[in-house]
Amino acid sequence: MEWVQQIINGISLGSIYALIALGYTMVYGIIKLINFAHGDVFMVGSFIGFYSITAWGLGFFPALLLSMVACAAFGVLIERIAYKRLRNATRIAALITAIGVSLLIEYGVIYVRGAQPEAYPDVVPNISFNLFGAQISSQSILILSVSVILMIILQLIVHKTKIGKAMRAVSHDVDAAKLMGINVDNTISATFAIGSALAGAAGVIFGVYYTKIEPLMGVIPGLKAFVAAVLGGIGIIPGAMVGGLVLGVVETVVSGLGFSLWRDAAAFIILILILIFRPSGIFGKNTREKV
Amino acid sequence: MKRKFTQLAVVSTLLASILTGCAGEGGSSSSAGGDTIKIGANLELSGGVASFGSSISKGIDLAVEEINKDGGVDGKDIEIIKVDNKSEGSEATSAAIRLTSKDKVTAIIGAATSGNTVAQAQIANDNKTILLTPSGTSPNVTVNEDGSVNEFAFRTSFIDPFQGTVAANFAANELKIKNVAIYADSSSDYAKGLAKSFKETFEAAGGKIVATEAYVTKDTDFRSTLTRIKSAKPDFIFIPGYYEEVGLIVKQAREMGIDVPLMGADGWDSPKLVELAGAEALNNTFITNHYSSEDPDEKIQTFVKNFSDKYDGASPDAFNALGYDSVYLLADAIERAGDLDTTKIKDALAETKDLALVSGNVTIDEQHNPIKSATILEYKDGKQVFNTKVNP
Repeated sequence: MEWVQQIINGISLGSIYALIALGYTMVYGIIKLINFAHGDVFMVGSFIGFYSITAWGLGFFPALLLSMVACAAFGVLIERIAYKRLRNATRIAALITAIGVSLLIEYGVIYVRGAQPEAYPDVVPNISFNLFGAQISSQSILILSVSVILMIILQLIVHKTKIGKAMRAVSHDVDAAKLMGINVDNTISATFAIGSALAGAAGVIFGVYYTKIEPLMGVIPGLKAFVAAVLGGIGIIPGAMVGGLVLGVVETVVSGLGFSLWRDAAAFIILILILIFRPSGIFGKNTREKV
Repeated sequence: MKRKFTQLAVVSTLLASILTGCAGEGGSSSSAGGDTIKIGANLELSGGVASFGSSISKGIDLAVEEINKDGGVDGKDIEIIKVDNKSEGSEATSAAIRLTSKDKVTAIIGAATSGNTVAQAQIANDNKTILLTPSGTSPNVTVNEDGSVNEFAFRTSFIDPFQGTVAANFAANELKIKNVAIYADSSSDYAKGLAKSFKETFEAAGGKIVATEAYVTKDTDFRSTLTRIKSAKPDFIFIPGYYEEVGLIVKQAREMGIDVPLMGADGWDSPKLVELAGAEALNNTFITNHYSSEDPDEKIQTFVKNFSDKYDGASPDAFNALGYDSVYLLADAIERAGDLDTTKIKDALAETKDLALVSGNVTIDEQHNPIKSATILEYKDGKQVFNTKVNP
């Protein structure tokens, strides 16, 4: 029954990657920018959740919501301050700015509160029960259901609402969207808001599931989520979900086979292989990128 | 210009050291003419590991106060000269230069960390000054790179691999464990050393290692490796590492239904461990440590009482005890040497046998490391509880 357990571990890890990867992919889909500060929005979300639980005594769901709202605002702020004026600059300029913003957030947080880690309080009752001989904790189930629900809501927003339609239009062709009377600036801001809210949610979930949070915690999950987004096909929303889950399961299987020190390497080997053999990702069409 | 200056400084200190060295050897009786024994304390009183240094300093003060009240060593009072090395190697070196050349101390106690102790080793050796680190646990403090013993360097604490040996003996003899898994931090020399000595001792005792797994510092997800360990069905898991990762490992292991005893070493010893793992998950876990204030031993209880009288009811930690013991270890050697000739004191220190100290009965081995008992602590509802003492 070891493998049932490993698959459960992998899916739990993968759903966190998937939530972060969604933000990457949406931003890339709409302005072709790899937002390296995204992993740090995830970290900020985690800390907002932590402080709202410990200092204000909020429960899990209020903390999750608060963190999502605050991260959405934070994401829009980053976009307005750092990226908006670079919209017509070269892509490399925007990429370098993104790395700069990432470092600014990381060390800004260290400056404000120090580099020491915090332990997330137990806000979710943690009961383990048996399923086919595997131990599943109530936390894993909660994480999975929250992730799945958020992804469904995202799909509904993208496909059933007006702003979703605008987002798809802008990602398809900015100029044509403008001519059709779509407010491109607001649409891009909305994309950042939604992506950052998902990262904030992932931050709180990560804190509950893995307990330890610290200012540089966003770096590695951010890179892994980037790999997940590329794996699924960057710019494609279902691709990010599948990519995240696949990456989580692959990492877990690698550790489960006894190569735990190769786990991070496995993620980046996947990135290299994908870029060589199928640069448009699992869901990508070879012709051109779409949302 | 600056370079010339440092060269000049180095040359002049060397010269000074040669001169004082000669004087020390030639006229040891005359230098003993003063009525105090000067001992330097080169400690981390500020900077990164200031908590270690200041704990040791408190222990030293208590021991000196006690010894001087009882008439000192051979009728002479001990005088402590404290220097702050700011938790930096270069500062430790210059503090050692000051202590040996200006204050002309007989011995230096310090530093708290292995690195800052190694930084003074050359100066202490050149000046024939005893260097005694209370808590530097790395083997290379007393042994040079070529394997020869550093004549004037000693330590009060045990060395890293020893804790692995003690843990293995505890698992095999006290807990009667047969099958063990080792889960070690592969990015730390400390953890690797412990894992190695644990494995050797445990296998020699007839036990079986059923799984050996590794993680790296800063990992957060240990579930997949723990699942693998669980399927190997160990009765006991040895987890050498530091509290930040260990806290998460313990928590995740318990969540997955791994309820066998877990064990680590002094790297676990932090209040943060309890925060990360949770008090309940830490039940049935053990650590090896230098000492416990709950040890019923009479000597320890006297020390605990005197300490709390002097420091407003504080309970002494391992560093307090090691600082305290360092002074007594030195005082014993000076008394046996008969005078303040450091070569004689060094020989006396090396011959220390069964000296009863707070952190155990100490015998110094040929590599200047103390052979002494280690204390096993058990976590019960988030508190460290004294379990037993294991002799080497």
